Amino acid sequence: MATRPMRIRAVEKDGVVEVKALMSHIMETGQRKDKDGKVIPAHFIDIVQAKCNDKLVLNAQWGPAVSRDPFLAFKFKGGKKGDKLTLSWKDNEGESRTDTTEIR
Amino acid sequence: MDQQRRDVLRLGTVLSLAVVAGVLRPEQARSAQEEWNKKAFDGHTVDDVIKAYGGASAADSDKLALTAPDIAENGAVVPVSVVSHLPKTTQLSILVPNNPNALAATFDFPEGALPEVSTRIKMGKTSAIYVLAQADGKFYTTHKEVKVTLGGCGG
Repeated sequence: MATRPMRIRAVEKDGVVEVKALMSHIMETGQRKDKDGKVIPAHFIDIVQAKCNDKLVLNAQWGPAVSRDPFLAFKFKGGKKGDKLTLSWKDNEGESRTDTTEIR
Repeated sequence: MDQQRRDVLRLGTVLSLAVVAGVLRPEQARSAQEEWNKKAFDGHTVDDVIKAYGGASAADSDKLALTAPDIAENGAVVPVSVVSHLPKTTQLSILVPNNPNALAATFDFPEGALPEVSTRIKMGKTSAIYVLAQADGKFYTTHKEVKVTLGGCGG
């Protein structure tokens, strides 16, 4: 299954970079049933990592209780305008996606 | 020539052994972190999750700020923001004890990261949302009751 790009915004202000990201993922819980009563298997992003110029700035582990098309906002120090902000996710079925943006 | 090749091979072996033995620590530590903590996500209560992260109990703290709506009209999308004012906060988790599994998300903060995150979570029914923080090796919690009018789990 093809993955869709994330929408990422990273803005530096007074030495703090604020990142806001919107990912595109079904985040299926494994609790729902289809119309035949069969359980729809869980399919969700379980690991998210953020790097600023190859330096790890956030490491997250998610369960299926994160909403569909997840939103994530976080902050870190040490980034400056023009630096590269890379966000990656991996899901429980082994799919993954990495997108990069420039800090503004 | 052949000897040189052998040396290269030998060096490779030594390096990989060093990684296995945990001598090259940063990479090693990182790969351990990348492992999804199944035990924590299987927990049904806040205590289950604290135990899975190696703690015994957690103290209530007013230095944790949790922002969530009083009433969530749609349990599938509940916006949650967490800020920790505890010094040396290394980890924040968001938990919903009334969900099928309590833990929704865990965030680890490497050096330089500020311990504050916002995300959106699902809630099956009315529940308290708990924040579990790890700061300086200790565990702290705070919580807030959120009323859900339309559940976000099940179909």
